[in-house]
Amino acid sequence: MGLLSDPVRRRALARLVLRLNAPLCVLSYVAGIAWFLALAFPPLTQRTYMSENAMGSTMVEEQFAGGERARSFARDFAAHRRKSGALPVAWLEWTMRSVGLEVYTQSFSRKLPFPDETHERYMVSGINVYGILRAPRAASTESLVLTVPCGPESPNSQAVGLMLALAAHFRGQIYWAKDIIFLVTEHDLLGSEAWLEAYHDVNVTGMQSSPLQGRAGAIQAAVALELSSDVVTSLDVAVEGLNGQLPNLDLLNLFQTFCQKGGLLCTLQGKPQDWTSADGPLQGVQTLLLMALQQASGHPHGAHGLFLRYRVEALTLRGVNSFRQYKYDLVAVGKALEGMFRKLNHLLERLHQSFFFYLLPALSRFVSIGLYMPAAGFLLLVLGLKISSASRCPFVASLSHALELWVQLHEAGVGPEEAGGTPGSSPPLPATQRVGLASLVAPLLISQAVGLALYVLPVLGQHVAAQHFPVAEAEAVVLTLLAVYAAGLALPHSTHWVLSTQAPDRSWMALKLVALIYLALQLACITLTNFSLGFLLAATMVPGAALTKPSGPRYVLVSPHHKACRDVPPTSGASAPRHRLPLTRHSSSPTRAPLDLASPRRPLRAALLVLTSPAAALLGGLFLWQRLQEAPLSLAEGWRLFLAVLAQGVLAHHTYGALLFPLLALGLFPCWLLFWNVLFWKR
Amino acid sequence: MAATAPLSLLVLLLLGPGVWGQTEPPRDSLREELVITPLPSGDVAATFQFRTRWDSELQREEGTDHSFLRYAVLPREVVCTENLTPWKKLLPCSSKAGLSVLLKADRLFHTSYHSQAVHIRPVCRDARCASISWELRQTLSVVFDAFVTGQGKQDWSLFRMFSRTLTEPCPLASESRVYVDVTNYSQDNETLEVYPPPLTTYQDVVLGTRKTYAVYDLLDTAVINNSRSLNLQLKWKRPPGNEAPPTPFLYAQRYVSGYGLHNGELSTLLYNTHPYRAFPVLLLDTVPWYLRLYVHTLTITSKGKENKPSYIHYQPAQDRMQPHLLEMLIQLPASSVTKVSIQFERALLKWTEYTPDPNHGFYVSPSVLSALVPSEVAAQPVDWEESPLFNTLFPASDSSSYFVRLYTEPLLVSLPTPDFSMPYNVICLTCTVVAVCYGSFYNLLTRTFQIEEPSKGGLARRLANLIRRARGVPPL
Repeated sequence: MGLLSDPVRRRALARLVLRLNAPLCVLSYVAGIAWFLALAFPPLTQRTYMSENAMGSTMVEEQFAGGERARSFARDFAAHRRKSGALPVAWLEWTMRSVGLEVYTQSFSRKLPFPDETHERYMVSGINVYGILRAPRAASTESLVLTVPCGPESPNSQAVGLMLALAAHFRGQIYWAKDIIFLVTEHDLLGSEAWLEAYHDVNVTGMQSSPLQGRAGAIQAAVALELSSDVVTSLDVAVEGLNGQLPNLDLLNLFQTFCQKGGLLCTLQGKPQDWTSADGPLQGVQTLLLMALQQASGHPHGAHGLFLRYRVEALTLRGVNSFRQYKYDLVAVGKALEGMFRKLNHLLERLHQSFFFYLLPALSRFVSIGLYMPAAGFLLLVLGLKISSASRCPFVASLSHALELWVQLHEAGVGPEEAGGTPGSSPPLPATQRVGLASLVAPLLISQAVGLALYVLPVLGQHVAAQHFPVAEAEAVVLTLLAVYAAGLALPHSTHWVLSTQAPDRSWMALKLVALIYLALQLACITLTNFSLGFLLAATMVPGAALTKPSGPRYVLVSPHHKACRDVPPTSGASAPRHRLPLTRHSSSPTRAPLDLASPRRPLRAALLVLTSPAAALLGGLFLWQRLQEAPLSLAEGWRLFLAVLAQGVLAHHTYGALLFPLLALGLFPCWLLFWNVLFWKR
Repeated sequence: MAATAPLSLLVLLLLGPGVWGQTEPPRDSLREELVITPLPSGDVAATFQFRTRWDSELQREEGTDHSFLRYAVLPREVVCTENLTPWKKLLPCSSKAGLSVLLKADRLFHTSYHSQAVHIRPVCRDARCASISWELRQTLSVVFDAFVTGQGKQDWSLFRMFSRTLTEPCPLASESRVYVDVTNYSQDNETLEVYPPPLTTYQDVVLGTRKTYAVYDLLDTAVINNSRSLNLQLKWKRPPGNEAPPTPFLYAQRYVSGYGLHNGELSTLLYNTHPYRAFPVLLLDTVPWYLRLYVHTLTITSKGKENKPSYIHYQPAQDRMQPHLLEMLIQLPASSVTKVSIQFERALLKWTEYTPDPNHGFYVSPSVLSALVPSEVAAQPVDWEESPLFNTLFPASDSSSYFVRLYTEPLLVSLPTPDFSMPYNVICLTCTVVAVCYGSFYNLLTRTFQIEEPSKGGLARRLANLIRRARGVPPL
C-alpha cells in the first residue's frame, strides 16, 4: 500500500505499465487463452464426487421391469398420435388415470412475435397433460418432475411409454416421500414454459394459459427425457439451461453414478467419455469447447433448461441410437431413472452442497469456478492495462482532467455559478479539453440509439417491411437486423455530421477510454453470470478493442498539441507527477503518425474490428460448433444457419426470456460501435 | 348397555330422548366404532373412534373467555409409529381386545392417508348443565390404497386390510360396532357386496349425502359366534372405472407463486362447485413472521371481479414473537373459483435462527376453512345421543347445510440462506480485507510528511567520494 503514499514508487509502477504495455497486453491475452485450453488437463480438472449426503451413502435397488409395458405404451401413444395428428390428450389422460395418477390438463396458446421458420409455427396452441403421483401420508409440500417434451419434430413416443411404465411401477411403491409429477408437454419448450409459468403463477413471457388445477408443492428436481427408439446405444446428458444456468453438479453426479451402476454408455455433448485413453484430455478440450459454446448461446439445451430459472435443479437425458454394437433396452434406461428418482426422494434439503458454477471437460471431470475464472481474468486484464495506460497518458485524460478541474474549483471555493459561467477565474486550461467531454456525448448517444433500434426495430417493423418488400415476416426480421447492424457502421459519418467541425482532435482517446471502461465492465458482469459467454466475447472483442486507434489521413496536428499538453500547469500536488510522465508509446505514436499518412493500416484495422464484432463472433462460434460436432459447414450453409440462428435468438428472447439478444443489441454492439467510431475519428 | 344390545337400532331410534335419559349408560364407559367406506376411486377409508366419558367435579362457567383461546400448528410434523403407540395406550383395552386389535402399525402406515387425533372436552351431564363430564375421543382415519396394498384388486376384507380379524368386543365397552357404507349396494344391489350379510342397516345423512350403513354389533353374539371371528369382506361386482372421482362442493388449494428469494405471493384458491348456491367461508391464516406480508396487496377475486370480504381481522406479526393472523369471512359465489392472494417478502434471519436444514425451506401452516356447505339432502332431525359417533364429527347445523372444516396443504417456502459451510472462510477473508484497507489508510492518515533533501547517495556514491577524495578530485 505504499503505492498510495509514495509518489516515487507509484510513478515507477506507472512508468513500467506504460513502457511494457504492449508486451504485457499480448502476454496477458495469450495467457488467458492458454489457461482456458489448459482447463481440460488434469491439474486443473478434478474428479467429480457426490457432496450431498442424502444421495451419496444411501443404497437403492432398482426393480423396474416394465420394458414390455413401456414399449406397448409407446406403440399406443404413437398410433394415437398419428391418428389425431396432435398430442393424444384423451388417451394420455385415460392411461395416466389407469395407472393410478391424479391427472390434469393445461391448455396454452402463444402468438410468437414473428413466424418461426425453423419449427414452422406462428400461432401456437397446445395442451399439456400431467399426472401427479401423491406420496402416501405426506402433505404434498415437495415434488419431483419427470417431463417428456413432445414436439412435431421429436415425437418422443418411447419416452412417453417409458414414463408411463415408470409411473405404473412407482405407483405401486410406498416409499415415496415426495410427490412425483409426470408431465407431457406439447410444442416442446413452449409447453414447458407455459406449464412452469402456470405452476409458479407468474407470467414472464406473455403466454396465455389456463390455470393449473393440481399442484404438488415446491419442485425439488426435474429430469427431462427424450427417447425416440426402442433401444439406445448411449445416453447423452445435457446440463446447459436458459442463459447458461447450470444445475447443481450433484444431479449430474447422480446420473453418472447410475450410468456406472447399470453399465450404460453415457456421453456428454455427444462425445463418449473415455478419459483413460491417450487422447482423453484432447477429447476433453473438444467437450469443453462444445460446452462453452452451448452455454454461451444461452439457449436451453433441452426442456430442463427452463426449470433452472425457477430454482429447480434439472437435466435432460437423451437416448441416442447410433451404429454402436452394444444396445440397451428401455429397462436399462428405466432402471437408471428409477434409481435417480429414489435417491432424489431421499433428499432432505434442496440440492445445494455441490457446485453451481462449473465447466465439464468430461462427465467425470469438472473445473470449478475458482480455476476457470483466471482465464477470463487474464483477458480482462488486457482491457485493464489499456485503460490504465489511456487514463494515465498526460496528453489525453480528459476525464481525469475533468475530475481535477472539479477538485480545483472546490478547493478555490468558487461558487457553482461562477464555476459554470466564468471558467476564466480558474487556472487557464486548453479549450480543447473543455470541449472534450461534450464531444463524447454525441457518439455515445448515437451508438446507444443504434443499439436500441437493433433491439426494437426488427420485431416492430416486420409488418411494414413485409408490406413494402417481397419478404416474409421472419425474413424481414432477420434482414432488418442485418440492415440496422450495417447502418450502425455508418455511425462515424453521422457523428461527424452532428458534431461541429471544431471537434477536438484528442477526444478520440477520451472516447476510447470510455469505450474500454464500458466494455470491461460489461464483460466482467457477463463473466460472473455466464462464464462461457463472457470468455468467448472477451476472446473475440478484446484484441480489436485494444488495437483500435484512429489512423486517418489528417494526422498532422502533432506538435502544437504536444505543446499544449505540456503547457498545462501543474494543477495540484497529487496530479503533478502524472503530468511529468515521460513520453510513452501512446504519446510517441503521434510523432510517428505523419509517416502513416497514406498507410494501408486503416483498412486492416477496420477489417480486424469487423472480424471482432459481436455478429462476426456469432458466425465464428457457429463454424466452430459445427466443426467440433464433426459436421463442418460450407460458407453458404454457414450463412443460412447464421440467418436462422439470428431469428432463433430473437425468438428465444421473446418466448423464453433468453438474454443474449438484448445483451448484444443493447450492450455490446453500441460499445463496439464506439470503437468503430474511434477508428474513423476525423482529426 | 349389554341389556339393550339385543334391541335393534331401529327400535332405539323410535325411543325419544326422554326414554333414553332413563337408560343412561354408566359413566366411564367406552364406546368404540369402526366405519368402513369404500371410496369411488376403489380405495377404502377406515375410521376408528373411541369415546370415554368420566365424571368430574368441575363446575361449568358461563361463556368462554376468548382471551384464553389458543391456536397452534406444527406444519412440519409427520405422523409415524411413535405417535401411534402412546395413542393406543390411552385406550382402555389397549390393543388387546375389541376394535383396537386391528391397529397394527405396519398395516396402518401402509396406507395413503393417515390421520390421528385426540379430543378432550367437557360435556354437560344433564340438561341444566349443572355438572360436567369429561369426554376423551380418539379418532384414527386411514385410507387404504387399492393400488399399493391391494395389488390392483379392489376387493377388500378386514384381514387383508389389517392382517387381523375381529374376535371379541372390548370387555369394558358399552358399545362396539362396525359400520360399512353400503350406499351403492342398497341402491342397485349391483356394484358392491358385503359378506357376511348385515343383520341391520342404518341410514343417515353424512356430509350432505344420504348414506346407508350395514351395522355389525360386536356385542351381539350372533355376529361373532358363527365362525369365531368376524372377517368383513367387500366385493366389487362391477369394479369402479377409473373416472375422476366426483368433486365436493367446497375444496381449496394453496400454493406459493413467484420465484426467486426476494418476494413471493401466497395464493389460496377456494372452489365452490355448487351449481346455484353461494355460501360464506371463514378463512383463517397464520403466517410466520419471517414472511413479511404486505397487507395492501391482499386481493380476493371471484369470477374476475373483486370480492370484498364482509369481515377481516388482521393481527400483524411481531418479529420473533408472534405470527401474522389473518381471518376473513368471504362469500363464495356459486360455481366459482375465488383466489385469495397476498404478497410477502422473505426476511433474512439471524444466522442462529436457521434450522439445521435451512435449505429444506420453511413451513407455512395450512389455512383453515370453516364453512356451512349446502347439502342437497333435506336432513331429518337427528337424535344426538342415539346416532353414531361420526355424526358429531360432521354435525349438521340445519337441514340445508352441513359444517365442514378444511385444512389446505402446508407450504414450503425457501428463505435466503447463507452458505453455512463458509463462515470460517468469510471471517478470514473479511478480516484480511479490513486489516489491509484499514491499515493502509491509517498509515496514510497518521503519517507526517516532510520534504526531504535528495540524499547524499548510497553506499556506492560514498565509496566513490572516498576514492575521489583520496585522488584529490572534487567529490560527486
